[in-house]
Amino acid sequence: MSGSLEQMYQQVILDHAKHPHGRGLVEPAAGHLAGESHQVNPTCGDEVTLRVDVRTDDVGPAVVSGVSWEGQGCSISQASVSVMTELVTGREIADVRQLDATFHALMASRGKGLDDDAALDALGDGEAFTGVSQYPARIKCALLGWAALKDSLARSGALADPTGGTDD
Amino acid sequence: MTAADTVRPAEALTASELAAVRADFPLLGRTVRGGKPLVYLDSAATSQKPNVVLEAEVEFYEQRNAAVHRGAHQLAEEATEAFESARAAVASFVGADDGEIVWTPGATAAINLVAYAFSNATAGRGGAAAERFRLEPGDEIVVTEAEHHANLVPWQELCARTGAVLRWFGVGDDGRVDLSDVDSVIGDRTRIVAFGHVSNVTGAVGPVAELVAAARRVGAYTVLDACQSVPHLPVDLPALGVDFAAFSAHKMLGPTGVGVLYARRELLEAMPPVTTGGSMVEVVTMEATTYAPPPQRFEAGTQMVAQAVGMGVAAQWLDELGMARVARHEQELAAELLRITEIPGVRVIGPTDTRDRLAVVSFVVDGVHAHDVSQVLDDRGIAVRVGHHCAQPLHRRFGVAATARASASVYTTVDEITAFREALTGVRAFFGAE
Repeated sequence: MSGSLEQMYQQVILDHAKHPHGRGLVEPAAGHLAGESHQVNPTCGDEVTLRVDVRTDDVGPAVVSGVSWEGQGCSISQASVSVMTELVTGREIADVRQLDATFHALMASRGKGLDDDAALDALGDGEAFTGVSQYPARIKCALLGWAALKDSLARSGALADPTGGTDD
Repeated sequence: MTAADTVRPAEALTASELAAVRADFPLLGRTVRGGKPLVYLDSAATSQKPNVVLEAEVEFYEQRNAAVHRGAHQLAEEATEAFESARAAVASFVGADDGEIVWTPGATAAINLVAYAFSNATAGRGGAAAERFRLEPGDEIVVTEAEHHANLVPWQELCARTGAVLRWFGVGDDGRVDLSDVDSVIGDRTRIVAFGHVSNVTGAVGPVAELVAAARRVGAYTVLDACQSVPHLPVDLPALGVDFAAFSAHKMLGPTGVGVLYARRELLEAMPPVTTGGSMVEVVTMEATTYAPPPQRFEAGTQMVAQAVGMGVAAQWLDELGMARVARHEQELAAELLRITEIPGVRVIGPTDTRDRLAVVSFVVDGVHAHDVSQVLDDRGIAVRVGHHCAQPLHRRFGVAATARASASVYTTVDEITAFREALTGVRAFFGAE
């Protein structure tokens, strides 16, 4: 196998695909905002149903307290949802927006990665997807879970919450 | 010619003939993914093009380009001659008359043309001649579960517009259309029976004769999706007895952007127009318009002349090689492709024997998603299709969201398929699925 294939299927991606985090839909906690989204990649039939649970209170900003999902698809899409679940759980909405923007920028980098080391570090295992960005047909796979997260947050109403930052 | 000659099977392509064929396709000479030779096994999606087709398009633009069927200048005459000669070549390629061939932007457009002609007739267009195409609520249109979306969705839409009801034949575990309930599916209310000649997923040759006979018993029209057969088998559409057929140029070594609707002449004569505008009319007043005879009635607007010329040349190129020999060559390739069933964890969706099936093989690999399979193959320079191949119901029938598909054409070699099988053998280990 060539270098670029190994770059794409890094061990961390294969591990996440085999043992994904957050798989299995969980009922949202009482009193939390909740949203669910179903996303499909029509070119390959990959799909994910993702549920987000957002804790809001008067003291601090809204926090993603839980992400759970069901789905099927290629190792890239499944690993990406798993990595994202780990990354955003427990984070403030504004941070999640930033991570989403960073991951999208990484996917648009055509395999070059990001100059901003701090932003890249913030992606944790998400950095392993740099190799995927060399393959235009696979970028959508990596973004499927992120699309579901964004949509489920919007459906939960958390993005309209003033503590969650301005809605775009 | 003796009787023995007529039954003797076509001769296989010799190694030198196959090498000459390949040399005719410039794209096959390129490398991919860092210098690896291309192994193109995605011809069911679109075929590569021989030099003569590429040159015909360039030659048309360099020497003959003009609007066809209008203008009395020399270029207009030559362009019209090239356009109509191409029609004759394509007609002859499938055993039809020139007047039975309508140029369309592709096979999808051709099937939609038929569906909208029925729709327009149902809306009262086309006068008494078109009454035969009128649909009543409760009339039935029959398809199969194996259809490409292009031969399914237009019929769903026609049903939605007219109140007709869609019915279908299921597919058996072997990937073949199941006709065991033919007499209950095709009945007195059946008006149209639409089906594929060869499945773009399973490679199975459909039961054309049985479906044509069943449709005739009840006076229903037949529509054949011939996209996957015409490039690979000798096909005589009138002999098959279908009323309508569609196929595209780009799968049969021709250009994109052009395809064909075949219809029996008397049907074309009776059909109301679908796309209307310039070039398809006789007399236009501010109040009303009369329409040209077919095929021009169905060719509104400036046509894709260079592509049509290219399609004619592609048909001639295949004709010169001989479709029986093409079929013989591809039969060997089908057998080679089916040897992937020897690889542990690989399962073919469709017939696993070579009887009545072509060199289009869709498969799943246990524990590895089709997308990941194709990525590993791509890394070796091997191009296969991945996804549902525009046949979601068929994939749902087999409980899979996606398959990988390897498909061959006249220029494919046994060595290429060997390379494909070798690469496929390593896929499960790469993903730790063993």
